Amino acid sequence: MSTTRYTKDHEYIRVDGDTGIVGITDYAQSQLGDVVYVELPEAGKALEKGGEAAVVESVKAASEVYAPVSGEVLEVNGDLEAAPAAINEDPAGAGWFMKIKIGNASELDELMSEEDYQAYVKSIS
Amino acid sequence: MRYLPLSPDDRSEMLAKIGVDTIDDLFADVPAEKLLTEPLDLPRRKGEMEVERILGRMAGRNVAASTVPFFVGAGAYKHHVPATVDHVIQRSEFLTSYTPYQPEIAQGTLQYLFEFQTQVAALTGMDVANASMYDGSTAAGEAVLMAHRVTKRRKAVLSGGLHPHYADVVETLSHMSGDKVVSLPADPRADEDILAAIDDETSCVVVQTPDVFGNLRDLTKIAEKAHAHGALLIAAFTEVMSLGLVKPPGAMGADIVVGEGQSIGNSLNFGGPYVGLFAARQKFVRQMPGRLCGETVDAEGKRGFVLTLSTREQHIRRDKATSNICTNSGLCCLAFTIHMTLLGQVGLQRLARVNHANAVALADALATVPGVEVITGAFFNEFTLKLPKDAAKVVEALADKGVLGGVPYSRLAPDADCDDLLLVASTEVNTDDDRAAYVAALKEVLA
Amino acid sequence: MLNRQGRPTSAGDGAITADTGTFTGNRALMQEEALIFESGRYETTGVDFDEPENFSPRLGDLEREGDIGLPGLSEPEAMRHFVRLSQKNYGIDTGLFPLGSCTMKHNARLNERMARLPGFADVHPLQPVSSVQGALELMDELSRYLVTLTGMTSVALSPKAGAHGELCGMMAIKAAIDAKGEGETRRTVLVPESAHGTNPATAALIGFKVKTVPADTDGTVRVQAVKDLIGPDTAAIMLTNPNTCGLFEPEIVEIAQALHDAGAYFYCDGANFNAIVGKARPGDLGVDAMHINLHKTFSTPHGGGGPGSGPVVLSQRLAPYAPVPFVIPGAEGLTLVEHEQYAEEKPFGRITAFHGQMGMYVRALSYMLSHGSDGMKQASEDAVLNANYIRAGLRGLMSQPFGDKPCMHEALFDDSWLKDTGVSTLDFAKAMIDEGYHPMTMYFPLVVHGAMLVEPTESESKSSLDLFVAAMRDLAQAAKRGETERFTGAPYHAPRKRLDETRAARQPILRWTPREPVREAAE
Repeated sequence: MSTTRYTKDHEYIRVDGDTGIVGITDYAQSQLGDVVYVELPEAGKALEKGGEAAVVESVKAASEVYAPVSGEVLEVNGDLEAAPAAINEDPAGAGWFMKIKIGNASELDELMSEEDYQAYVKSIS
Repeated sequence: MRYLPLSPDDRSEMLAKIGVDTIDDLFADVPAEKLLTEPLDLPRRKGEMEVERILGRMAGRNVAASTVPFFVGAGAYKHHVPATVDHVIQRSEFLTSYTPYQPEIAQGTLQYLFEFQTQVAALTGMDVANASMYDGSTAAGEAVLMAHRVTKRRKAVLSGGLHPHYADVVETLSHMSGDKVVSLPADPRADEDILAAIDDETSCVVVQTPDVFGNLRDLTKIAEKAHAHGALLIAAFTEVMSLGLVKPPGAMGADIVVGEGQSIGNSLNFGGPYVGLFAARQKFVRQMPGRLCGETVDAEGKRGFVLTLSTREQHIRRDKATSNICTNSGLCCLAFTIHMTLLGQVGLQRLARVNHANAVALADALATVPGVEVITGAFFNEFTLKLPKDAAKVVEALADKGVLGGVPYSRLAPDADCDDLLLVASTEVNTDDDRAAYVAALKEVLA
Repeated sequence: MLNRQGRPTSAGDGAITADTGTFTGNRALMQEEALIFESGRYETTGVDFDEPENFSPRLGDLEREGDIGLPGLSEPEAMRHFVRLSQKNYGIDTGLFPLGSCTMKHNARLNERMARLPGFADVHPLQPVSSVQGALELMDELSRYLVTLTGMTSVALSPKAGAHGELCGMMAIKAAIDAKGEGETRRTVLVPESAHGTNPATAALIGFKVKTVPADTDGTVRVQAVKDLIGPDTAAIMLTNPNTCGLFEPEIVEIAQALHDAGAYFYCDGANFNAIVGKARPGDLGVDAMHINLHKTFSTPHGGGGPGSGPVVLSQRLAPYAPVPFVIPGAEGLTLVEHEQYAEEKPFGRITAFHGQMGMYVRALSYMLSHGSDGMKQASEDAVLNANYIRAGLRGLMSQPFGDKPCMHEALFDDSWLKDTGVSTLDFAKAMIDEGYHPMTMYFPLVVHGAMLVEPTESESKSSLDLFVAAMRDLAQAAKRGETERFTGAPYHAPRKRLDETRAARQPILRWTPREPVREAAE
């Protein structure tokens, strides 16, 4: 049973036990436009909640992707290097960025639920 | 004023249309007490003829390279530039265009940049090259910063054969950004032990070939040692024409190659503008500074070119940019591309052989002068003389005799304790008469 | 019998039809052109030299082997190749080039002629100084002009372009701070959010932390906003004036004072100096360092993206820290100080080989001599007048983000007037290409949504501006009428349609490589 939580910076984390899959939301990819490159961290890197975890580049912009919660990078999506378009086409699926081991599960409570996030997106667009 | 089309009547009409009374109403945000009321203390406007007279007089006080036997090199070289080059770079559409941010109406610039990048990559034996940097020295500075980004280390090792101005640029930049530099002492005979200076903290090793003394250096072992320690080899050159004849850095394991491209297509210009060349391995492309031109297609599927990977640049990344550089060396880069296209590899190789042959002939001739030693073994078109007197004084004395005989190394590095070394270059422009004049003058000066 | 009929002389009665396409792909004067790697040949050269007579090479064992991979063209082929390429470019000489912040003014050919005098172009930077007295005199004279025009104390000529000048100026500030022993504490540089991207990039490059100063609702920076951020850690502010919205900063003197009171420095980005030459002097406003883009204000050609030149003028407080080299009077005429250890001042080092962009110095001085002090003031006034004339011609139709008030040398519009038209700033700019204009600067400054920054410069005549305004009005009205195809597919008449930048960035092709041999169909 997995739940997905969201940040105000439009990252999502799909929680499964003590690990989570991190990516950017459909709204974020639509705002960025065509993604052309992703800079991913190395496996094993320790992330701080709110710290820079990755960089996603479109033709015209480079944006930081922040860690939704603290934790350790277990695995990154190496396919993105050759096929960054996956982030535009399937951000919640094939366009995932990294899998992390959640350091402090209580930090998840500070994030938005699906419903809250949709309301948030509505309020800013 | 001949450059200003508006007439006094135009100006009045326009002010009326805008809805203000005087021009200074448009400068209302300038604090009133700071608005100048009197013209500044500079001369009034001048016609073309007067300007030509003033600047012509200044130009006349300089000794032009083509008017004397000329052997000055050390980072800038006197070569013949074909007439076609200067004609084409003065075409309005090249001269008066801007950075090609509107690719639909800048395919001319973009296509030659793509050709230039390909030429530079081929010459250096590397995978990719950028659309040029300001000059060789700033390219070297940027290469060191790039190596720091790639290796996430902050110590550069500079060979004692690196042009002292290039070393100074790297040192200034590193000092300012808090990075470490280990500069080896001047190395006229290319026998320094640079391998010993490479350790696990080293980000990069910067080695020039041909070096500032003219020595050709084999970089293979340096590359091996650098790579074994996780460091990069940055190969530098100041005489791009050497690449017509000498093994390219890419074939000797270099990770980044930087150099001065002035020799192809560009005049001496008293030091600038020149054109910095910058090439690297494919895997480092996203860490490269400067502009890059890439191939793509337009909405109808026709091939076209655009500036690409621009997210590395300052106008997007701001304080996270790979470099603060905003300009390349557009027209100088075009001059390079045209000259290189005219030469082709056969022309380049032949021209390089002419340079080398002239330098060999000069070295042999100067070696006959009593007290003079040619200390450079393997060289391209530049070598070093050890003189029995202070080289700076010898150069002045030669100049008095109408021969510009080279660069005293002390001019580049006064504290290097090399006051007796003279750097001498010879290119295709030198004739038998030039050589004879040099030998005769040097004999007299040293007598 | 003579054929007395001859050639037809009427325009013909053939119906004017849609584009029928051509065999070559060319369109009369608009010619397709292959890459030199496709049209050139490895055995061809367009330069004649004789092989050197027998000699023994002295290359050690480092001789290059094999093909280099560089084809050549004969001279007529090369000429045609590059001329055809040139015809795909838009330049100032082609038409109005209202690229805001870039100052695309007329490039007089006198300046080109002067830079090519052998006494300037054919002189080596390391010749004995006795043989280059005229070159040093020119540098000295250019310095005098720059110092006089800016009201500053000295100038560092060597920076190679604007961004390099910024770097130089900020290094001088850092050196001055270090000299006072405050290097550990003064680590923050204030940069307004409207600044050129080079400003934060430069500050970050030499280790400063960047703090962003918010812009006021009228597009300018308030002294209070600066004071709110100033602290003992403040090293400097980097402020563009006139700013990137085309406005003179009205509180600039107070801002300078606030910084000086706090022991910090005022770096001014001089990219827009063109608006105020001869009208106001940065030195009088409290500026400590400012780079001058010779390729903007003083008309050295942009050359498709360089070479530029970015001398930095310095106040009394920073003058001692200027980098080497510089020209000083010596015992026998002028001389060069090329090494910091031999200077009486405290130069922070060297930022480029040799002495900077001499070729650009000559052109800039030629421009200044031609204009004179009266002409330069007139040029600034005309630049400001022309920008306001365009603003007046478009007001009411295109929206101005900060209301209808005078601008300096460039007029800024936003895209709120395009709302619900289906036309973006980009589309509008591309439609300008079809009308024969270079687009204005788009999406900069970032503080304005869908920004369009129009800088006509002083080089445009009134009739040229009238036509431009009429064309812009026609386009604007078409956009509002809903004629979206005129915009979204534009440009229709350029050598290329819109280019796929996504594809270029996703799979970068940065050099030509031999194509895979095409497999012939066997059947």
